[in-house]
Amino acid sequence: MFRNVLGKTFRFLGYTVQYGCIAHCAFEYLGGIVVCSGPSMEPTIQNSDIVFSENLSRHFYCIRKGDIVIVKSPNDPKSNICKRVIGLEGDKVCTSNPSDFLKSHSYVPKGHVWLEGDNLRNSTDSRCYGPVPYGLIRGRICFKIWPLNDFGFLRASPNGHRFLDD
Amino acid sequence: MKLNSLRLFCRRTSFNSELCIGGLGAPCSKGVLCQNRMSPRNPEQKIIKRVIALEGDIIKTIGYKKKYVKVPHGHIWVEGDHHGHSFDSNAFGPVSLGLLHARATHILWPPQRWQKLQPMLPPERKPLQREQE
Repeated sequence: MFRNVLGKTFRFLGYTVQYGCIAHCAFEYLGGIVVCSGPSMEPTIQNSDIVFSENLSRHFYCIRKGDIVIVKSPNDPKSNICKRVIGLEGDKVCTSNPSDFLKSHSYVPKGHVWLEGDNLRNSTDSRCYGPVPYGLIRGRICFKIWPLNDFGFLRASPNGHRFLDD
Repeated sequence: MKLNSLRLFCRRTSFNSELCIGGLGAPCSKGVLCQNRMSPRNPEQKIIKRVIALEGDIIKTIGYKKKYVKVPHGHIWVEGDHHGHSFDSNAFGPVSLGLLHARATHILWPPQRWQKLQPMLPPERKPLQREQE
């Protein structure tokens, strides 16, 4: 009787460890569901929206200009931020705010990306902390799940003028 | 030093074929050898360097664009032990903590180099001013 219970407990623990490992690998390498908070990506992503992010693009180095990515914050490794990629390494980006009279430009250094929120007036992004190393990118947001009236693929950037073509 | 990574905790360097064992999640303190998950310049490459300064410290640099640097919040300053021949923070600046992957604790291979890696800060590389907590 006691051995029966012990056997069942060990089997249960075994299954828990097994499924825990599979879940961890899935979240780390495939993707997961993310709850976004903050106003910096409006109108594309509102506060408390639920989105689906995939991690395959970052492992295969397929992040493109215009993708919305989840990135480990450069100043606080414990928090994640969600922004749009405006420039990849070697691209020319506009480092000044849209309201500035004199525009300044620079080139994104090797191994880095330039991130900006869609809500340019209310977003701390690369215009504040500079280009972000590619290694901090966690995943790419591909699909919005909640709210249901906005279900589907994410819209293109409302700030098309920030993408400078070479 | 360039690194080809095998999964889990084993790292092999192509520099002199040493196999190190490291631990994930160890708190980072000065003097320890840490491995960056992705080099700041090349995301496909992993590098292994020593932590010289943590956030808030002011240090004197060797060959960096600024002579004195205050390490920003959420960043660390790493240097290789072989000054002048090392591609480290003196080349690419402070490294974000999010790029930190593991801490190297032992050398496993070759057997004659079997040792525990001691966290040791070279005395001439001590920071000028430590941030008081």
